[in-house]
Amino acid sequence: MRRLVVLGGGTAGTMIVNKLRKRLPREQWEITVVDRDDNHLYQPGYLFLPFGTYTAGQVVRKRHTLIPDGVDLVLAEVDRVEADKNTVHLQDGRTLGYDYLVIATGTSPRPDQTPGMLGEQWRRSVFDFYSFEGAQALAGALRSFDHGRLVVHITEMPIKCPVAPLEFTFLADAFLRERGIRDRVELVYVTPLSGAFTQPIASAQLGSMLEERKILVEPDFMIESVDNDKKAIVSFDERVVPFDLLVTIPLNMGADFVARSGLGDELNYVPVDKHTLLSKKHDNVFAVGDASDIPASKAGSVAHFAVDVFVGNFLEHVSGRPMTGSFDGHANCFVESGNGKGLLIDFNYDTQPLPGKFPVPALGPMSLLKETRANHLGKLAFRWIYWNVLLPGRPLPLPVHMSMAGKVTTPATTAPHTDKE
Amino acid sequence: MPVTTIDGRQVHVNEEGFLTEPAEWDEALGKTLAAQIGIELTDEHWKAIRFLREDFAAQGETPTLRRVTVAGGIPTKQLFQLFPQKPAKKMAYIAGLPKPHGCV
Repeated sequence: MRRLVVLGGGTAGTMIVNKLRKRLPREQWEITVVDRDDNHLYQPGYLFLPFGTYTAGQVVRKRHTLIPDGVDLVLAEVDRVEADKNTVHLQDGRTLGYDYLVIATGTSPRPDQTPGMLGEQWRRSVFDFYSFEGAQALAGALRSFDHGRLVVHITEMPIKCPVAPLEFTFLADAFLRERGIRDRVELVYVTPLSGAFTQPIASAQLGSMLEERKILVEPDFMIESVDNDKKAIVSFDERVVPFDLLVTIPLNMGADFVARSGLGDELNYVPVDKHTLLSKKHDNVFAVGDASDIPASKAGSVAHFAVDVFVGNFLEHVSGRPMTGSFDGHANCFVESGNGKGLLIDFNYDTQPLPGKFPVPALGPMSLLKETRANHLGKLAFRWIYWNVLLPGRPLPLPVHMSMAGKVTTPATTAPHTDKE
Repeated sequence: MPVTTIDGRQVHVNEEGFLTEPAEWDEALGKTLAAQIGIELTDEHWKAIRFLREDFAAQGETPTLRRVTVAGGIPTKQLFQLFPQKPAKKMAYIAGLPKPHGCV
């Protein structure tokens, strides 16, 4: 009997066990998935919780109901992986041996990593919405917020769902307008990047959307600390941005057991080959989804496309054949822009988000990098697709590899790498 | 990629002026590149630039600001003093390396 252990039953881990259980014969393969608890959270829904668009119940399901028969779900914290001995140690003292290991434990917000962030203002005037509790707490704060400075802040890249802070800002602007108090609020967007987003064309488009909405941008801001007395964030180059309500995206880091196991980089991400997702150190360890160090967006869509490539590669790899699948870093994200509209962006390692049309079978083309009602509806529909199509590993009619079909290119739009600061 | 002449030498650069061939770099060129963006290199600057070069040679990519702090042992605060406003970008420019990978 061969043993596959998957650490993390989130988006990537759940898709992987659903797809691989169908492909690996039960008499030959045992599959185990480990997670710390039995709640699977639909993380894209966190964006809507602060505004009351979604209720908490709409973004959580029992994890075990999403795991197929024939896969063992173990609920425990991982203490460490002893990769040289093919063994996972759990914090409750149990051990799991494996022939192949997949690390899919994602990335988490870490407010503890910035001095002062967890100070006395935490969850009083300092909030995050990248956690289930934070998004719900922020809903209460937003309801009672009626004037002052609302500061949306990103600590450091990379973060999961890198468009979510912009979406939150657009939705906050619309929310305040709807309540008739937008003119009593100064809305400020503070980012470590040099512009609104990481990629030039999208950054220009999203930047002008911030400008239209009279949202001030404070670029190149690397936070050093939160000053709880003055209610301000302070940068390493000693700029001070005061706030009445701070919505911060804390530093994102991979799981601590990755560091304890000696498998991670400075942010606990597992270094892998960016095309095969195989660990650079261990020939029987893969990292899929946000847990790896690939230079792609940390996002569910990336995990989804990557899993499709990974499954084929895994089957080849375990039968001793060379892996023929090559992941291209494909990401496809709806960007909410407020007032029932949204944008769609589609890109990969080498091609930045471009304007044009995105062909979708049966539904027809969606507009890229342009605000439309259809894109907003697409975003809302995605929650159903996530629970019912994506996680069970059913096919979704979207190309795994990014396609140039419908995209409008102008000279110098394929600059592969982007500014990180 | 365009070719430009710096210090009487021909080097390959991208549209933002970053060297695209790390092997064309040496410390004399680094000094000139630094002067172009108004930085006079002290020993402290060199410690960071040399770390970038060594780390790039070992890892195949330009280290992020966090990595210069964690693996290179230079506090972020100091990097902002040495290379004001945009330390990651400025260090890579002076070290003749690509900008750190975008975090998309």
